[in-house]
Amino acid sequence: MNAVTPIRTAAEQSLISAYAALRAAGAPAPAVEDLRAQGYSRFEASGLPHRRVEEWKYTDLRAMMREAKPLAGAPDASTLLAAKVAVGNIPRIGGSRLVMVDGFYSPELSDTGTMPDGVKVTSLANAIVGRPEIVARLAGSAAAQANAAFALNAAFLTDGLVIEIAPGTDVGHVLDLISITSAGEARLINARVLVLVGEGASAGIVETHVGPAGTDYQKNVALQVVVGNGATLEHGRRQIEGDQALHLATLDADVGAGAHFDTLTLTTGAAVSRSQLFTRFVGENSKATLRGVTMLRGRQHADTSLLMDHAVPHCESKELFKHILDNEAHGVFQGKIIVQPVAQKTDGRMMSQTIMLAEGPAMDNKPELEIFADDVACGHGCTCGELDPDLMFYLKARGIPHGEAEALLVEAFAREAIEDFGEGPLGVVEELREAMLATILDWMRARA
Amino acid sequence: MSLLEIKNLTAKLADEDKQILNGLNLTVEKGQVAAIMGPNGSGKSTLSYVLAGREDYDVTDGEALLDGENILELAPDERAAKGLFLAFQYPIEIPGVGQMTFLKAAINAQRKKNGLGEISTPEFIKLVNGKAKELGISQDMLRRSVNVGFSGGEKKRNEILQMSLLAPKLAILDETDSGLDIDALKIVADGVNAMRSPDRAFVVITHYQRLLDYIRPDVVHVMAGGQIVKSGGPELALELEANGYADIVGKAA
Ligand SMILES: Nc1ncnc2c1ncn2[C@@H]1O[C@H](COP(=O)(O)OP(=O)(O)OP(=O)(O)O)[C@@H](O)[C@H]1O
Ligand SMILES: [Mg+2]
Repeated sequence: MNAVTPIRTAAEQSLISAYAALRAAGAPAPAVEDLRAQGYSRFEASGLPHRRVEEWKYTDLRAMMREAKPLAGAPDASTLLAAKVAVGNIPRIGGSRLVMVDGFYSPELSDTGTMPDGVKVTSLANAIVGRPEIVARLAGSAAAQANAAFALNAAFLTDGLVIEIAPGTDVGHVLDLISITSAGEARLINARVLVLVGEGASAGIVETHVGPAGTDYQKNVALQVVVGNGATLEHGRRQIEGDQALHLATLDADVGAGAHFDTLTLTTGAAVSRSQLFTRFVGENSKATLRGVTMLRGRQHADTSLLMDHAVPHCESKELFKHILDNEAHGVFQGKIIVQPVAQKTDGRMMSQTIMLAEGPAMDNKPELEIFADDVACGHGCTCGELDPDLMFYLKARGIPHGEAEALLVEAFAREAIEDFGEGPLGVVEELREAMLATILDWMRARA
Repeated sequence: MSLLEIKNLTAKLADEDKQILNGLNLTVEKGQVAAIMGPNGSGKSTLSYVLAGREDYDVTDGEALLDGENILELAPDERAAKGLFLAFQYPIEIPGVGQMTFLKAAINAQRKKNGLGEISTPEFIKLVNGKAKELGISQDMLRRSVNVGFSGGEKKRNEILQMSLLAPKLAILDETDSGLDIDALKIVADGVNAMRSPDRAFVVITHYQRLLDYIRPDVVHVMAGGQIVKSGGPELALELEANGYADIVGKAA
C-alpha cells in the first residue's frame, strides 16, 4: 500500500464520510454495491478534479466546490407537497410528466396513469433489483467511467429513473421530465436516469432542472441513453437551476445502427455548472446532432465538455454550441471528435460561437479532432465577438432601442442552434423550441 | 423654422485621421424635395450616416438641427424616433431576424415613443401587406430574414417599404435608384411622391437625372470635397447631366 496519505479538502472529506455512511446502511442489491464501490474507488484515487487535470483545466472543481453538502435523502410528505406546487407552476412541455424530487422518482407527482403504450417507467431503485441487464447498463462507457463527476454519481447511486421504450413504438409526444430540488437546507442531490430506446422506436424527452434561488445546493446527475438500431431519440435539456447552485450533468449515449440522436441543452441557471456529453456511434449509418445554447450573466460559470466517438464507419455528427456572455461570466467549451481507424466516411462538424455582450466575460474554447481514419470529412470552427455594429446600427436607425436590437440579434444567433432541433418524426418538439426561445427573450429583457 | 439645418458640419473617420465632411452647410425646408448630387467619394453617404448616427464617424465641429433641435448627440434610435429616416445605399442583411419581426419591432418602438400600445397582429399584417403590394414586394420576401437573399433592387424597395411604414418627417434616400429596373424606379418614385406633404421633406441622393424626372426636386445641391459647393433649381441637375462636375468642382477647389 502507498504510505502517503493524500491531503483531502473539506469537501473530499465530507464525500468520504458520506460514502462510508451509505455503505454502512447497505445497498439494495449486491450489484449496486459493486457499482458504488467502483465509482468510489475512482474518486478515492484522484479526489476532486482540479485545473492540473487536463479535462478540468477550465473548471477547477476542487476550488469551486469548497464543501460538499450532506447527501439528500428521500423527500418526506411535506417536501413532496411543496414540490407539487412548484412543479405545477412549470408550464408543461409535451405530454406525460415525470418528476424527480431531490433525485428520487416521485410517482405521486408524475402522470403514471397516462404513459403512452410501449413506454415503461420504473424507479431506478426498483429496476436494479433483480434486473442484471439494467445494472450492467449502469456501468457506463469507458469515457464516463474515467470521469470524476460520473464516478461520484456512481458512488452515491440510489435512485432515479429507468425509461424503456419498446421496439417499434412511436411515443408520439415528448416526455416531460422535471428534476426539482426542494427548498430548505442545501444538500447534494444525486440521480441517475437510464433511457433505453428499443429498435425502430422513436421518442422525445425533455429534462428541466430547477431548484430554489439563494441556496447553494449541489446536484450531480447522469443520464445514460441507448438508442437502438433504427431508433430516434430527441433529447432536450433546460438547466434553469437556482442562482447559487452547483450543477454537474453527464450524458452518456450509445447510438446504434441507422439511428438518430439529437440533443439540445439550454443553460441559463446555476452559479457553476458543467454539462458533459459522451456520445458514441456503435452502429453504422447513424446521425447525431449535439447542440447547446448557454447564456450567462453576473459571475456565472458554465462548462460544456463533449466527446464524440466515431467508433464505426459511415456516421455523421454535428456539434453546434452557442454562448452568450454578459458581465463577468465565464464560458467554457471543450469539444473532442475522435474518429477511430475503422470509421471511414465519417462526417463530423463542430462549431462553437460566442457573443460577448460586455467587456468583462471570458470564454475558453478547446476544440480537438483526433482522426485515425483517412477517408473522412471533419472540421471545427470557433468564433467569438461582440454583436455586429453594422447590424446594430441598421436596427437602431429604424428606431429600435439598443436593448431590443441586441435582443433581436441574440435571439437570431441562438435560434440557429434551436430551430431545426428535432427534424425527426417528433413534430411535437415545437413546444420545446418555443419555450426555449421565450426563455432567451426573457433573459435578454431582464438585462434592460 | 427649417426642418433641417446643418451648420459647419465637420466629421472624420472615428478610427483614422481622415476628415470627410469639411464644414458643410445645408438647409432643407418642410415640404421640400432636395436632391444632392456629387462625384463618387465626395461624402454624400457619410453625410447621411452622420445624420443617422453611425458610430464609425466622429463629429468634430458644427451642428445639425432637426426641427430646431441638435440631433448629433442623440443615439440613432432616438433620431429615428424624432422622425429621421435613412434609406441605405447598401441595405444590410440580417440573417435570423425575420422581416415581419423586424418591421413589427420598428413600428412598436415608434408607437411606444408616441404613447401608444403595441399594434395588433391583424392590423399589422394588413398594414404591411397593403404597402408591400404597392411596392411589388412578395409574401415570400416578407417571410424571409431581413434582406437575406433579396436582389439589389428588392433591397431598395424594402427600404422604401420601411419608410412608408414609419412615415418619417425627414427621409434621406441614398442612391435608392441604383440597382432598380425601370418599372421599379417608377414604383419607388410613386411611393415617395405619395408621401410628399407640407410637413415632410426628402433628401434624395442620386447620380442620375432619371430619378429626378419622376421625383421632381425643388432644389438641387452639389456636393464635393465634403461640402455643398453649389445649389440651384431642377435645371442644375440637367446641367450636370450635360457637362459633368468638372466646371463646378474645379471652381470650388
Ligand atoms: N468607414 C469608412 N472607412 C474608410 N473610408 C471611408 C469610410 N466612410 C467613408 N470613407 C471615405 O470617405 C469618402 C467619402 O465616402 P462616401 O461614401 O461618403 O462618398 P459618396 O459621396 O457617398 O460616394 P458614392 O457616390 O460613391 O456613393 C471616400 O473617400 C470613402 O472612401
Ligand atoms: Mg454613397
